[in-house]
Amino acid sequence: MEMRTPLAHARGLGPAKSGCTSHWWAQRLTSMALLPLMLWFVVSVLSLVGADHGDYVLWVSDPGNTLLLVLTVVTIFYHSEQGLHVVVEDYVHSEVGKITALIAVKAFAYLGGIASLLAIFRVAFGS
Amino acid sequence: MTSEKSTTGAAKARPLSPHLQVYNPQITSVLSILHRMMGVALSFGSVFLIYWLSSAAYGPDAYGRAQDFFGSPIGQLILLGLTFSLFYHLANGIRHLIWDVGLGFDMPMLRATGIVVVFTAFGLTALTWIVAYVRAGII
Ligand code: HEM
Repeated sequence: MEMRTPLAHARGLGPAKSGCTSHWWAQRLTSMALLPLMLWFVVSVLSLVGADHGDYVLWVSDPGNTLLLVLTVVTIFYHSEQGLHVVVEDYVHSEVGKITALIAVKAFAYLGGIASLLAIFRVAFGS
Repeated sequence: MTSEKSTTGAAKARPLSPHLQVYNPQITSVLSILHRMMGVALSFGSVFLIYWLSSAAYGPDAYGRAQDFFGSPIGQLILLGLTFSLFYHLANGIRHLIWDVGLGFDMPMLRATGIVVVFTAFGLTALTWIVAYVRAGII
């Protein structure tokens, strides 16, 4: 006898092949976090217009700036990876192409995020 | 494809989702696809964030070269595009978050908030670049 409801059969068969409420939530949370972070980032870059390397080092070494810059970078790459994930699912329909594109998106986000963090730490904590 | 026939034998008209190639663009649909395009553009733009942060890690010479690049006409054009993309995506992102709590869905409200988003994006972009150019001593 069939014990599962039609909904249980359909679950996990969408393009994401999994539940998506956690993905949806994470996308909202990173969006809310990025609102103040990106405004802070733009103001910071404006404060660095015309600054030389020494000024930049001083700015990044400030503990508050280090923290906010790290948070900004992590949130940007997380949010952007999640966003691109949805875009790929919407437009790439072949299974091979989709998996390739999703791996590329993930690899870019991790590499870019880690490279950015290492660069920040290198300057903030001296080499 | 099997098409269902009505009793007269004519193909039965079935509801279709909007076919984007023949869909008449409206402010709501244009703003919506722009949000996605700006998000993708910003994601590509993160390459320049990586470049900027990394150049500083390599030292004063590399940082100077990065600054020269961002100050060049092509660098400025890229930054201008990214500034507008950011403010558009940010403002429309707020619109998205308001929809997520179930507000602002009636047609006049959709148009009004859409117009606010476009003006905010242009306004904040202009403000940012005026401040940047004043600080750089250009104006
Ligand atoms: C400034 C603050 C930001 C806010 C408030 C924000 C908000 C949002 C929201 C609400 C969505 C979901 C749209 C939907 O459900 O269709 C979204 C999607 C997206 N965001 Fe952001 N975002 C911000 C910054 C960024 C940045 C800096 C990047 C890239 C580096 C980015 C890349 C993306 C991408 C690629 C998508 C997917 C687009 C789509 O599915 O249509 N966002 N953003």
